[in-house]
Amino acid sequence: MSLLKAENLGINFGGLKAVSNFNLEIQSGEIVGLIGPNGAGKTTVFNLITGYFSPSTGTMAFEGHPLNGRKPYQICQLGIGRTFQNIRLFGQNTVLDNVRVAFHPRTRYWIIDAFLRTPRFMAEEARITEQAEELLDTLGLLPRAYDRAASLPYGAQRRLEIARAIACQPKLLLLDEPAAGMNPSEVRDLVQLVKFVKEKFDLTVLLIEHQMGLVMNVCERLVVMDFGVTISEGLPHEVREDPKVLSAYLGKGAVA
Amino acid sequence: MGVKDGKRILIYIVGVILVYAVIKMLAVTGVFNPYWQRILDQAMIMTIGALGLSIIFGISGQFSIGHAAFFGIGAYSAGLVTKSLGGDIFTFLLALAVGTFMAGLVAFLIGLPVLRLTSDYLGIATLGFGIIMKVGFDNANKVIPEMGGATGMTGIPQVANFEWIFLFCIISIILARNFVQSGHGRACMALREDEVAANVVGINIFRYKVLAFVFGCSLAGLAGALYAHRYPFLHPTNFDFLPSIDFLIIVVLGGMGSLTGTIVTAIAWVFLLEGLRAILGTTFLEWRGVIYALILISVILIRRQGLFGNKEYGFLAPVVRRKEARNVTTES
Repeated sequence: MSLLKAENLGINFGGLKAVSNFNLEIQSGEIVGLIGPNGAGKTTVFNLITGYFSPSTGTMAFEGHPLNGRKPYQICQLGIGRTFQNIRLFGQNTVLDNVRVAFHPRTRYWIIDAFLRTPRFMAEEARITEQAEELLDTLGLLPRAYDRAASLPYGAQRRLEIARAIACQPKLLLLDEPAAGMNPSEVRDLVQLVKFVKEKFDLTVLLIEHQMGLVMNVCERLVVMDFGVTISEGLPHEVREDPKVLSAYLGKGAVA
Repeated sequence: MGVKDGKRILIYIVGVILVYAVIKMLAVTGVFNPYWQRILDQAMIMTIGALGLSIIFGISGQFSIGHAAFFGIGAYSAGLVTKSLGGDIFTFLLALAVGTFMAGLVAFLIGLPVLRLTSDYLGIATLGFGIIMKVGFDNANKVIPEMGGATGMTGIPQVANFEWIFLFCIISIILARNFVQSGHGRACMALREDEVAANVVGINIFRYKVLAFVFGCSLAGLAGALYAHRYPFLHPTNFDFLPSIDFLIIVVLGGMGSLTGTIVTAIAWVFLLEGLRAILGTTFLEWRGVIYALILISVILIRRQGLFGNKEYGFLAPVVRRKEARNVTTES
């Protein structure tokens, strides 16, 4: 059974078909790239999968659980984590708390335990803090654990967002332009990071990216979108030579 | 870790006892006359109520301009209990529980529809609720004659002394701090920072909005219940728009997201107003609104993040487990 399956997915905003007839099947353990020119509908697909928009047509299922009609927090709890194109951290909270909050849905104490600081509360808090610190350490953020997230440099904020998504203990990680605004050396580090966390946390990754260097290095399979529809699908080198993809990126006349 | 924690708790307990002893000594020696004792009690009651709004607005980011209405619900419902059952210690404690519970219950019922709104819209909705409650208190005597309506409610036994108020003030501070430093508190702070992101990391944002709102309003109810048993006269104007603004000013002045700031500002605010009353004499009431506005404008201009920013001190500060992690803050 595939991990994520989307069939005939479509959404309209007024008269605009942002996504239509979108089909996607991801197997466990894959790294899949979702690429396409600006405005092709890639982020909209992410927003559909994570429940931020509800689709006008079609169905989505994650490990056989239908996703249609579920709220974002429920979809997270099923095992889908995501990052955002424009970083969305909890800026005024500490780096540690940004990660710890993602453990909250799996916390095993009641609010009364929190008020009275029962042994159960103390034990759970110690466990969460331990795990969060371990995760921060893995991503090289531990030295900044008690700084405010907004005070981190850009690259570290990107990493923290990935750390927060991993703290949700997802099976599928959606990365929305993780390399946006990064220089070539930072992109190389990111490639390593994505491969590393994928192995370490046993993840399946779906990522949106414009930087072809990253896409070609990391992804095992690509899906290309333009104007809300899938125009090509396959291995990176196949996609790169597909005339439909070339014309979408470079314009019709370029592929004569 | 255990020994250090034990030591810290001991220091806090000694600190609380010391504060109590000093105030008691001042009262006994007459430095603190009954007038100032009343003001101090008022300050502690304001602290409890303001902590409630601090949870709702400062911690969770839900803009509420109707906080005094919940203060009023607590005051009137607790007052009704002791007025009809008598003022011994058990009915008093029962009244406090009823006042707290009623405010929390109303907050829950109001919160379910209203908390679906955000920012300004939520502010307008809570403002509307505050006005409805004011009209309700004005006309309450038509349903329950004991509540007095627009002429005010009297006859509540004055059983809340300094000791009780001090005790409940300390309890409220501990509860607020324990809430903020728990997973539930972190969830609330996350939704203050970014609702979309909070949702995506698995936080049922609506549930935590309601939770924070009910907890905060329950504290307002507790404050109101104490108020009813300390000051013999409840009047609807004590619970309308202006007192709600008082709470709001305290939270904003103290610093959004800082319980320390809320506590310090609440106490300072009450004493400042009384000080002004002493300086300005009878013209005070006319100048009050102007002074409020001036203070608020100057703080927004000079120190927008409030007196304490979002920092916490002493008992309220979260425990930093790794010292070495904290020292490396400048490299980037």
